[in-house]
Amino acid sequence: MHVVVCVKQIPDPAAPASLEPDHTLDRSGKLIMDDSDSYGVEMALQLAGNVEGSEVTLVSMAPGGETSGLRTALAMGAAKAILVSDEALAGSDALSTAKVLAAAIRRAEPDLVVAATESTDGYTGTLPVQIAELLGMPSVTFAKRVSTDGTTVKVERQTESGYDDVECPLPAVVTVTAGVVEPRYPSFKGIMAAKSKPIDVLGAGDLGFDAAQVGAAGARQEIVDVADAEARGGGEIVVDEGDGAQRIVAFLEQLKVI
Amino acid sequence: MLAEAAGQGLTPLTLELLTEARALAPTVEAVAWGAETASTAVTLGEYGASRVYDVGDLGGALPGAAVAAAIAGLVESGERPDAVLLPASYDGRDVAGRLSARLDRPVLTNVTGLAEHDGALLTEHPVFGGTQIAHARFTADGPGIYVVRAKSFAAEPSGGGPAEVVAVPAGDVGRTGAATIVERHVEAATGPKLDEAAVVVSGGRGLGAPEHYALVEELAGLLHGAAGASRAIVDAGWVPYSHQVGQTGKTVKPTLYVACGISGATQHLVGMKGSKHIVAVNKDREAPIFSVADLGIVGDVHKVLPALIEALRSRS
Ligand SMILES: Cc1cc2nc3c(=O)[nH]c(=O)nc-3n(C[C@H](O)[C@H](O)[C@H](O)COP(=O)(O)OP(=O)(O)OC[C@H]3O[C@@H](n4cnc5c(N)ncnc54)[C@H](O)[C@@H]3O)c2cc1C
Ligand SMILES: Nc1ncnc2c1ncn2[C@@H]1O[C@H](COP(=O)(O)O)[C@@H](O)[C@H]1O
Repeated sequence: MHVVVCVKQIPDPAAPASLEPDHTLDRSGKLIMDDSDSYGVEMALQLAGNVEGSEVTLVSMAPGGETSGLRTALAMGAAKAILVSDEALAGSDALSTAKVLAAAIRRAEPDLVVAATESTDGYTGTLPVQIAELLGMPSVTFAKRVSTDGTTVKVERQTESGYDDVECPLPAVVTVTAGVVEPRYPSFKGIMAAKSKPIDVLGAGDLGFDAAQVGAAGARQEIVDVADAEARGGGEIVVDEGDGAQRIVAFLEQLKVI
Repeated sequence: MLAEAAGQGLTPLTLELLTEARALAPTVEAVAWGAETASTAVTLGEYGASRVYDVGDLGGALPGAAVAAAIAGLVESGERPDAVLLPASYDGRDVAGRLSARLDRPVLTNVTGLAEHDGALLTEHPVFGGTQIAHARFTADGPGIYVVRAKSFAAEPSGGGPAEVVAVPAGDVGRTGAATIVERHVEAATGPKLDEAAVVVSGGRGLGAPEHYALVEELAGLLHGAAGASRAIVDAGWVPYSHQVGQTGKTVKPTLYVACGISGATQHLVGMKGSKHIVAVNKDREAPIFSVADLGIVGDVHKVLPALIEALRSRS
């Protein structure tokens, strides 16, 4: 079974985020693997481990030939990676990104594509489904438990009121939510091995896209402005001196909640 | 707009979308699926839909592919909506993604506001935990596809008559529709629903251990509210996902929100910042949750909550 995992490389969310003049996220610094995708990588490695002769390939689109996030995932145990990186792709909207990723994934001829339900920085949450439609594959989103025998995938899918057992023939796209598995820490051996694992770097042209179709030139949505939201503020913050509960009771009385 | 059924009725978000669609356009039509469309036509009409396109019973298939194909079919056959509004729900997002790829139109997601500006629809999106609002728009030909978050608009009936039901076939979606539900599991729920309750009491990692979540549940019970959670303790398996408040969880707008041992990460704030009143208990004076609190208690949840529960019990 060949499993492809989407790995988004993003600016470190712990660092303060800044916006470019065109209101897009500043991605010029070092990028790391989106934490959301560490669950997908772990899930893919576990699923591949259960079906003999399986392999895990990573797919990412990122600026500047960035590979540090991919190296992290390779160190966890993935075999190889495809990176699409091209200046012409800067400023792509989500659908264009989906088209590019779909083209890269199609080359890998996967049985199963794993992505995260939503990314930490973009959180459109629609990209994996767009990819599925472009590849003509079925999809199961919001998976909280996944198993496969290499022909069918069985998923517990979150719902408003609980979960559904869903079955789907492969090839298919599955998106996993955070916390579904415990991502492994790369071992020292894994980190060393990752250095020599192959990363195939492709440009937009290699996948048959021309610059006018993708990137900022092809984007069909724009952010007009970013403004401060109405601040809430003005609250009363008090240190509990044993009277904290009483203060809350008084506040609830004032609100007539009690 | 896409109408989503829940049991015998429609989801609250569906009614919110109908109300907003009505404010934006003279004609609102809905697309629905499932076995119950005929019975929901009355409610759809009451909230302003003149017509409902019924994709029919999908026999357990996840609806994304079939419903997107049906909507794409309508658009291609000359029905030219200016905007397609979809709920930010599990199935709504699936339909949006597939529709976007089919129509070759991008999607604007996480929409919390819509307004017409110079003939174009301008969307509102909370960014950085809702401390800032981004406005966006489509720059190419329509229809625009918008995925709208719950609680962005208040639902109000318009008093219209039943919507006309028109069957639309999904057509053959081939392999794309092959994911099928084989069994549904519904978690037993007691008390009011999280996204409808007037009071929500949520707990986070600051509770220290799973068994301490009982404090949150007890307090919620005493206030006739619902118990919520941060993602940290959902991921840790302390409470089911259905309790999660925030970007990936539920959006709540209760009269009162009580956050216990929750730091107030941007992804949490975006799901509860719209609450009328917010009380926070956290031992860290610098926790971001205090920036949105009307009353903040800098203290230990293990002292404050038991004392609060005791005080409320002795009153009832
Ligand atoms: C794509 C994405 C989506 C996300 N979606 C969501 C979402 O929907 N909802 C969500 O909640 N999060 C979401 N998150 C996660 C979010 O970023 C935070 O990690 C999470 O909200 C933190 O939960 P917490 O506040 O319980 O834990 P922490 O951040 O660890 O905070 C615990 C708090 O408890 C306080 N504390 C500790 N001990 C005590 C004590 N004895 N008494 C009082 N206070 C105490 C600490 O001071 C601290 O402030 C998302 C993240 C990503 C990347
Ligand atoms: N540039 C990218 N490279 C690789 N995977 C991506 C990229 N963008 C999005 N994805 C995948 O799609 C998921 C959903 O992204 P989003 O639609 O931005 O919420 C992410 O969590 C990733 O798994």
